[in-house]
Amino acid sequence: MSGLAGLVGRGALLVSLAFVVTGIIAMPAGIRRGRRDWVALGYGAVFANFLLMTAAALAMITALVTHDFSVSYVAQVGSRETPLFYTIISLWGALEGSILFWAWVLSLYAIFVVWLNRDRPGNLVPYAATALLGIALFFAILLVGPANPFKVVWPVPPNGPGPNPLLQNHILMAVHPPLLYLGYVGMSVPFAFAVGAVLSGEAESDDWIRLTRIWTVASWGFLSAAIIAGMWWSYDVLGWGGYWAWDPVENASFLPWLTATAFLHSAMVQERRSMLRVWNLNLVVGTFVLTILGTFLTRSGIISSVHAFTTGTIGYYFLTFIAIVLVAAFTLVAGSSDRLRTTGRLDSAVSRETVFLLNNLFLTAFMLTVLVGTLFPLVAEAVRGVKVSVGGPFFNRMSLPLIAALLFLMGVGPALPWKSATRAELRAKLLPPAAGAVLLAVVALVIGLRDVFGVLIFALVGYAATANVREIWLGARARRVAHNESWLAAPLRLIAGNRRRYGGYIAHLGVFFVALGIAASATMRTEREATLRPGETLTLSGHTVRLDRLWAREERQRSVVGATLTLLDGNRPRGSLEPRMNFYPTSQEPVPTPDVQSGPFGDLYLNLMAFRPDGSTATIRAIHEPLVPWIWFGGGVVVLGALVGIWPAARRRRAVVVAVPAAPRLEGHAA
Amino acid sequence: MTATRGKRWSIVAGAAVILAVFGYLLYGGLAKNVVYFLTPHELLAKGARAVDVPVRLGGQIKPGSVTWNDSTLDLRFTITDGMSDIAVHSHGAPPQMFRDGIGVVVEGRYRPDGVFNSTNLMVKHSNEYRPPKPGASPNEAARTLIKESRS
Repeated sequence: MSGLAGLVGRGALLVSLAFVVTGIIAMPAGIRRGRRDWVALGYGAVFANFLLMTAAALAMITALVTHDFSVSYVAQVGSRETPLFYTIISLWGALEGSILFWAWVLSLYAIFVVWLNRDRPGNLVPYAATALLGIALFFAILLVGPANPFKVVWPVPPNGPGPNPLLQNHILMAVHPPLLYLGYVGMSVPFAFAVGAVLSGEAESDDWIRLTRIWTVASWGFLSAAIIAGMWWSYDVLGWGGYWAWDPVENASFLPWLTATAFLHSAMVQERRSMLRVWNLNLVVGTFVLTILGTFLTRSGIISSVHAFTTGTIGYYFLTFIAIVLVAAFTLVAGSSDRLRTTGRLDSAVSRETVFLLNNLFLTAFMLTVLVGTLFPLVAEAVRGVKVSVGGPFFNRMSLPLIAALLFLMGVGPALPWKSATRAELRAKLLPPAAGAVLLAVVALVIGLRDVFGVLIFALVGYAATANVREIWLGARARRVAHNESWLAAPLRLIAGNRRRYGGYIAHLGVFFVALGIAASATMRTEREATLRPGETLTLSGHTVRLDRLWAREERQRSVVGATLTLLDGNRPRGSLEPRMNFYPTSQEPVPTPDVQSGPFGDLYLNLMAFRPDGSTATIRAIHEPLVPWIWFGGGVVVLGALVGIWPAARRRRAVVVAVPAAPRLEGHAA
Repeated sequence: MTATRGKRWSIVAGAAVILAVFGYLLYGGLAKNVVYFLTPHELLAKGARAVDVPVRLGGQIKPGSVTWNDSTLDLRFTITDGMSDIAVHSHGAPPQMFRDGIGVVVEGRYRPDGVFNSTNLMVKHSNEYRPPKPGASPNEAARTLIKESRS
């Protein structure tokens, strides 16, 4: 308790800074002078950085758990009343801790990059490791400077305020932030490979794209899961019954997802047809910059939200870092763009390549739309001094046609062959899925969907889903005949045999579930609010709930007020719901804790809005949310697709390392 | 070769057209959907231009102006910035900490009859979580209820 944890933490951060600087100097110098031992020293710095960051993170967790309030971060977010679980996860509950966690995740990725590619010849990996250490340097500077979590607090306070109440109210807070960091920080790896490829001269060969793609799929999978978990958290904690509000912090997580998604598709064009090399470099760099921009938006306090913890000088550090990365990266890309001239040519306007080009066009347009809408209020305030906000209608109106186009392409792309297609092929491939479109449009009308765009989304999902399932089915049928396999074994072996392709199709299917869930809940949601006395009922979309009683209790770290309601089926009780309000001593406002009754086709969502202190009435908001569970399910399917896509990666990639010797020109370039 | 080149150009031209249309849509969409944040004084100064357009109105709740009918769920109050007042009508339960003098932001439209129709009501609170001042505990309502349920 005498501040040992703080001492260890401070020491680890300082020593790691020294290692990081050493590595950044040693590796490029070693490559230039042909000294492999200097490169090895740099790799050592990567491992040392990981060990020291781990020590710092463990020191922080120790300080949190032992309530060592002499450590500034603990004094800021700790409290003796907070349950152990929330004490541990408050490691990422505020600015300094989240920067520490970020730096730790980055150091973890860096050792994996170096370890998995240690036998790879050429200079790509040392340069990539240097780039990763460069990013680590930025976070190390933050950690010993403006975001130091281990500052000494004197006199030592007896207790602290505890974490932000919104962050200690739900189990998903243990899930969403780590996933987001794994996704966000993971995008540093493709960026580092891109820098390494350009510097080592390997960008002309398309091999680095294969290496990069696996890391992008992994990070993309984490980011997808994080976005869905964030939506779920918002739905379960914020009490407004929605999951997406085009809030700047949501947009911040969505922006790199869009460009990473674009890259996953355009990378295939580069591998197959040796096109889009410069474009792909730009996508990788752009994705990384968007993750840093997102961190800046959410962490600098420039926008107020649950994610923005403090204001201070840290914003300037981020802006400087973004500027350095942009200038350096685009100088590198521009400097090598002559050498990277595309060798492949687009053979036909009707081919899978074209679909991928359109996919990239729409995804980039989507990213720009969200970026402009997110940054516009900041720019307007800075330039014209007016306070404005860009409302949801802007994002909804702009994104709807883009989403519709992308869904359609998801059906066309998998069906079209590479290079070019004949008319007969087009008819055979593109017409049958139309039956799926008609089917789902009819389903939409039958379940009562009347919004024209909602029906359109259903129809497009029907088209695209049929096309994707049909591709799997056609493949499985061919396999069944050729290998004489059962109907069960054929599709599984088909997927196992080309995991990357079918992982992509599975991820598509997940997106379709998400799209249906969003389309249905956005257009068919109904809600009612009523003030009830015990015994009174509220009916909404055929669901009747009866207020049984209003109650309250003291818990260690909070007071809880709850309403117990019974869901009625006619007169028979069919379940019980307990929406609550949690009062934390540090917050002026109670944290709503809605209760959700989930079914396969929708949720009944109850929120306690207000109550009379004498217990005589409770105001309840009831929301019927059609198909919302499909969003969470679809998110799971997307992640499954990503998993299938990278599963054999480790083994296969090792095989590639052995099979593909470095291009001979590399040595010449390095000299 | 020229055929390929022609196709290439047609794709580039197509992309340019799509981008131009997209830029135009983006600009138009922004112009229509920017919501200004105004105080009552600023809103009234805008006159007819501020009527029936989406606005975020911010200020304090004028003490004594709140009426809340918990059976019809009608909530009426006045927002003031010290210079001008605007009457606000909203539907639905007020946030638990809603009370006289507190800062609020309402989203909605200013109607020609001089009442602001709020579709979204947000209580402005500091994002930094500090211990409450003694005696100003927001838990009071909860505490009362706990006492009530014990007695």
